[in-house]
Amino acid sequence: MTALTTINLLTGFLGSGKTTLLQRLLDYPDLSGAAVLINEFGEVGLDHQLLDRIDANVVLMKSGCLCCTVRGEIADALLNLHSLRARGEVPWFDRVVIETTGLADPYPVLSTIRAHPVLRSHFSAGTVIATVDAVNGHGLLATRQEALQQVAAADVVILTKGDLVAPETVADLTAMLTAINPTASVRDAAGIDADMVLDAHAGRLRDLPVLPLAGHSHHAGESGTVQSFSIVTDQQLDWTVFGIWLTMLLHRHGDKVLRVKGILNIAGDDRPVAVHGVQRLVHPPVHMSGWPDADRRSRLVFIMQDLDPALVRHSFEVFHRLAGTQEDAAVAS
Amino acid sequence: MARDGVYSRNGDRLSRRREAAHRQAVVNAVLATRRMQLADWHGRAYLLKTATGKSKVFDSLSHLWPEAEALSGATFDPLDPVLLARLKAGA
Repeated sequence: MTALTTINLLTGFLGSGKTTLLQRLLDYPDLSGAAVLINEFGEVGLDHQLLDRIDANVVLMKSGCLCCTVRGEIADALLNLHSLRARGEVPWFDRVVIETTGLADPYPVLSTIRAHPVLRSHFSAGTVIATVDAVNGHGLLATRQEALQQVAAADVVILTKGDLVAPETVADLTAMLTAINPTASVRDAAGIDADMVLDAHAGRLRDLPVLPLAGHSHHAGESGTVQSFSIVTDQQLDWTVFGIWLTMLLHRHGDKVLRVKGILNIAGDDRPVAVHGVQRLVHPPVHMSGWPDADRRSRLVFIMQDLDPALVRHSFEVFHRLAGTQEDAAVAS
Repeated sequence: MARDGVYSRNGDRLSRRREAAHRQAVVNAVLATRRMQLADWHGRAYLLKTATGKSKVFDSLSHLWPEAEALSGATFDPLDPVLLARLKAGA
């Protein structure tokens, strides 16, 4: 079976330095076997790197990287690339980087990759990268829902234009970004490399922070109160009960659950299971090769908007009391 | 050491059956808070029933909560204090 091709999303508000970052990424040798989906060829100024034009929307660059413009739906652009690759009309690529439009919430794109009947068999969602510029970041995060969603969905937040503001502003913004999304690494654009940006999901879960239940991190703005908090438990979890609980929570409140990420100690299993999701989308759970350290507790981090952490925790606990009794009932029946 | 891979409880036939029975028992504990019940439908689908005799057959458990809400007119909100209290009382 052919391995799924990883898709990285590059998101960020208009003018946040996404294109500059993309231009830098395109120069990385690691991206020579990648295809990059951008909004417009013109904006990244590819002319000097152009090697061959495959069709109206796809070009091959000297670095070996494919560059494609998205005209219409992202799904169509991905299908076109997939067909070209299958027919051998473009060099093999093992990664796709999608530049989303500045106003986009990353969730619909992630959802398309997971739900599309053809795409889901060939592609899987990888790291989400969000750019935030130090000049406008504060204001945008306080007023624009899309900017919050982009940061919450990100695995890596790249802080750009840090040289245009005072060091205190960068420090404040970094603290704000960490408060909104404690599961992401926040990096200065000046010091990034491709590995930091494109690494796999499972590795990042090893650094999952343990946060207090409430009050530790929040961000209040016109777009609502975003809180990140942890649920940590010594108890081994019933995988089935957890799945049903999370499904119900996302069914009713998926639009308010900006992010969930966790490492779980599942009853009957020596190895941990990593879960992560963005809004209503939950990625396939990963059976990890081992525990990252001596801590065997289950740890879940939520980034939620306008939901009470204490209530979420209470619900989690009530549902998990079902585990023992229902196990007995199922075995007895 | 084993590699990271997608986690699943549906390996062999026995574990699939055990998992399905367990899932159904847990789901039924939640549905019972609204006096509803889920049953297997000839091993191919699911049958959802209300206490008043309304029923619905559907294919995939991924449709369970929308189907249960449409059939009963009630919501299945895991943060609803009433649902949680009933769940606690029934567990």
